Amino acid sequence: MAEESASPSGPPAERNDGLRLAILWVVASAICCPLVYIVWGPHLPPGAMSSSASGQQFDLTVLATIATPVVLGVLIYFAYALTFWRAKAGDETDAPPIHGHTRIQLIWIVATSTIVLALAVFGTYELIAPAGAGGGEGPQPIWKPNTSNILQVQVIAQQWAFTYRYPQYGGMETTQLVLPLNQAVQFNVTSLDVIHDFWAYQLGVKADANPGVNNVAYTTPQHTGSFVVRCDELCGLWHGAMYDYGQVMSVSGFQAWAQQTETAMAKITAALPPYALTYDPTVVPVLGKVLVQLGLTGAGGGFYNPNDPEQP
Amino acid sequence: MAIEIQPESAQAPGGGEPGTPRTARPWWLRPGWHTALIGAVVGYVLGHLLGNFIGSGYQQVAHSNDNDMAIVLGYLFLILGWLIGLGVFNDLVRQMLGHPIPHGDIEPETGLARYFRYTLDHKVVGIQYLFGMITYFLTGGLFAMAIRTELLSPSYHVLSPSAYLMVVGEHGTMMMMMMTSVITGPLGNYFVPLMIGSKRTAFPRIEALSFWLTPCAYVILLSSVLFGGFPTGWTGYAPLSVQAGEGMDGYAIAFGLMGISMILAGFNLICTIICYRAPGMRWGRLPMFVWAMLTVSFLFVLAAPVLVGGMYMIITDRTVQTAFFVNQLGGSSYLYQDLFWFFGHPEVYILALPGFGIVSEVIPVFCRKPLFGYKVAAAGMFGVALLSFFVWQHHLFDSGIDPDMRPLFMLTTEMISIPTGFIYLVALGTFWKAKIRLTVPMLFAIGFYINFLFGGISGVVLSDVPADVTSHGSFFVMAHFHFTIMGGLIFAFFGGVYYWLPKMMGIKLNERLGKWNFWIMFIAFNSTFMPLFAVGELGQPRRVFEYASNLQTINDWVSISAFVLGFGILLFLINFVMSTVVWREPATGNPWRSRGLEWQVSSPPPADNFENIPVVLSGPYEYGDPNALPVADLNPPAGVISGALAGAGSEG
Repeated sequence: MAEESASPSGPPAERNDGLRLAILWVVASAICCPLVYIVWGPHLPPGAMSSSASGQQFDLTVLATIATPVVLGVLIYFAYALTFWRAKAGDETDAPPIHGHTRIQLIWIVATSTIVLALAVFGTYELIAPAGAGGGEGPQPIWKPNTSNILQVQVIAQQWAFTYRYPQYGGMETTQLVLPLNQAVQFNVTSLDVIHDFWAYQLGVKADANPGVNNVAYTTPQHTGSFVVRCDELCGLWHGAMYDYGQVMSVSGFQAWAQQTETAMAKITAALPPYALTYDPTVVPVLGKVLVQLGLTGAGGGFYNPNDPEQP
Repeated sequence: MAIEIQPESAQAPGGGEPGTPRTARPWWLRPGWHTALIGAVVGYVLGHLLGNFIGSGYQQVAHSNDNDMAIVLGYLFLILGWLIGLGVFNDLVRQMLGHPIPHGDIEPETGLARYFRYTLDHKVVGIQYLFGMITYFLTGGLFAMAIRTELLSPSYHVLSPSAYLMVVGEHGTMMMMMMTSVITGPLGNYFVPLMIGSKRTAFPRIEALSFWLTPCAYVILLSSVLFGGFPTGWTGYAPLSVQAGEGMDGYAIAFGLMGISMILAGFNLICTIICYRAPGMRWGRLPMFVWAMLTVSFLFVLAAPVLVGGMYMIITDRTVQTAFFVNQLGGSSYLYQDLFWFFGHPEVYILALPGFGIVSEVIPVFCRKPLFGYKVAAAGMFGVALLSFFVWQHHLFDSGIDPDMRPLFMLTTEMISIPTGFIYLVALGTFWKAKIRLTVPMLFAIGFYINFLFGGISGVVLSDVPADVTSHGSFFVMAHFHFTIMGGLIFAFFGGVYYWLPKMMGIKLNERLGKWNFWIMFIAFNSTFMPLFAVGELGQPRRVFEYASNLQTINDWVSISAFVLGFGILLFLINFVMSTVVWREPATGNPWRSRGLEWQVSSPPPADNFENIPVVLSGPYEYGDPNALPVADLNPPAGVISGALAGAGSEG
């Protein structure tokens, strides 16, 4: 290919398009980037309720700040081109035949590659440093919080509700998710039937609930308050209604709640299968057609046919 | 190199001696869509009866009273009956029986009837695909309107939860499976031979078959509504898809069938592009659209088989109780996710690359400049296509895969933005000091670059694992891929139709209505999907009918914008119908003054595309170069072709 010069060969001494574009771009970026980082950043989701949430907020802030000049660059360029490089009415001639420009192409490739590789390094660091960043790490997590004092909470998903088991409190099972402040939490997420996803939005925790798999995610709550838990993987009829609310309490409040619940639930806990990381749905009631034929019905004897519009 | 030099009829490929001319039969006795319909109905009934016969003894059928075996066999026999009725196997049977294959029809068909038959002319197939794809797209669009109607309120009010899931599944699947061919089918099949200077494609039968499978897939997918739809969305995740009711069978069969259609279309285009280029059509002169079709076709043939396999396993899991995807019985639900996304991610680029091709084709014409960095553009497409096979696990970042995998797939995913950036470099360079003409195709091309920019940037957020923890599975993802597919692919498709319809039909679409169409679509599109990024980050998962009540205002805004967007697309339909049926403003030979080889023949092109095989003399984008040769010699003097052919073998 012809590697001709792309240096301005337009009307002589009229305007330096490259310089004007560069100035526009630099000025716009210099104004917008700090705005994004300083003003918008602290308001970005998912907030700062936990270590993983604030990590994700920081991540989104950085990405938004880096994206700003890229978006501005392209938009400004197109706006400029459409303003200044329109064909005049009646002008049927062609524009200068520029086939390419080796230096510009090289600079572009090097620059984009550098940004991309830097982003990958940044993302990897932000993933490893805050113990998996709140994402599900599978049964053998390799990035763990730097403490031995970890509260274990098992999240059991089924169509269409979450239940929570606290093995350190007698293996009690409850429909309420309550967490203590400033203590590392290990979620062991599993499912009894189809794939669900445990998404504690304000905590910045998201982990798929797979049947027969223990999916581990870590976080440390940093503020008290309530948070939303939603199912984030389409799981059938009432997927849209599969949500509940959790609570982050002070440590003493949590202890009081846990002991009270443990006592209140003692009878039910005794009837439950022993705590395990996953539950075999041929033992624990479950599942779809393949197992329905064995005469087994769903959770608590209440298996919902996928077409059954009954309220869960 | 297999270059056809005989002025052979485009409608009569294949071997065999010219047969004895057949006597003319009335149209209703010749195979066409009406006989195909009869075949399909008969096939379904037969298959269903067979399935009842086989499956009635199954314990599961007796227990649950639904026999997936009967449904699946009904669908499979329906497809077979449809193809038999269409006459797909006629020549095959003739050949097997030793009869000669009649070469073409008695007289080359020119009437409207050929569009409803198994016609082997690539231009007819292109038009068939065009009308088919517009129908499929509008059907999917209607489902989208229903979704946005339901989401006007934070609880369910119009659709029941099961109807909502059905609509979501139908919308998603209709768009993701049928729209894979939205550009490759109509424009690819129509223009690749014209652009490379060939009279036909390599495998006209396979090409026609690839189209005629799509109405089948469309009907089967829609028919699952009769069984209550399927609750899985377009991804069909097991074990939910194993648990689901009979509507799921329609999903698996239709998607698998569309996979087969993609494979067929892909092989045809690959062979056409490699083997049927005219003399002088060197790789360095190939139009960008043809490069896009080549890379997409490779993705078709390499990715779609995995989909077909996955759908096959779903079907056997559901009918004969294999357990590929049932964890408790030794299968793995991860297996399905891996199979699906090993197809699904290349598929996303199957949807993006044709758009790259069209805009790269359109902008030099209306900038009146050569394409900036031709090799960079081709490399960008190849880079995207190649990398697309190494990123699929980013859909599984939170699913509990081996955590070691995540930095690796984060890297590969982010690397895709390098070749995608090439496409932008090419665009920016081409616009530099151009003489821009803001025609409708050009507007759609610019709309493509702006929409796809936001799609690409949000993709970087999703590839970053920590940021993905918030965004995964939320409306953010949904907004992201609508920006790349709806804002990218569909805008490019509309641009392509506005650009090439004068060539296909000799009719120009109304320019004024086209501008209204573009501006309403562009503004409404951004007003619909831009807020959905926020909706997702604020915690609304995909595919839910209930959402937080504080998100109602923004959801209502989105819904109303979506209705306006629907109106914008309706304008396209109105323009299309009015321009082609009522106004019929004739387009002269080359209304855009394009250098493309396809524009050098009359509009619409003659039956054999080129009277003689042209000799390509220079590249298609040499605008503004006073020394550039014309793009091709359409009537090369005798001896030139044979001379060029002698050199062609070594030239490659």
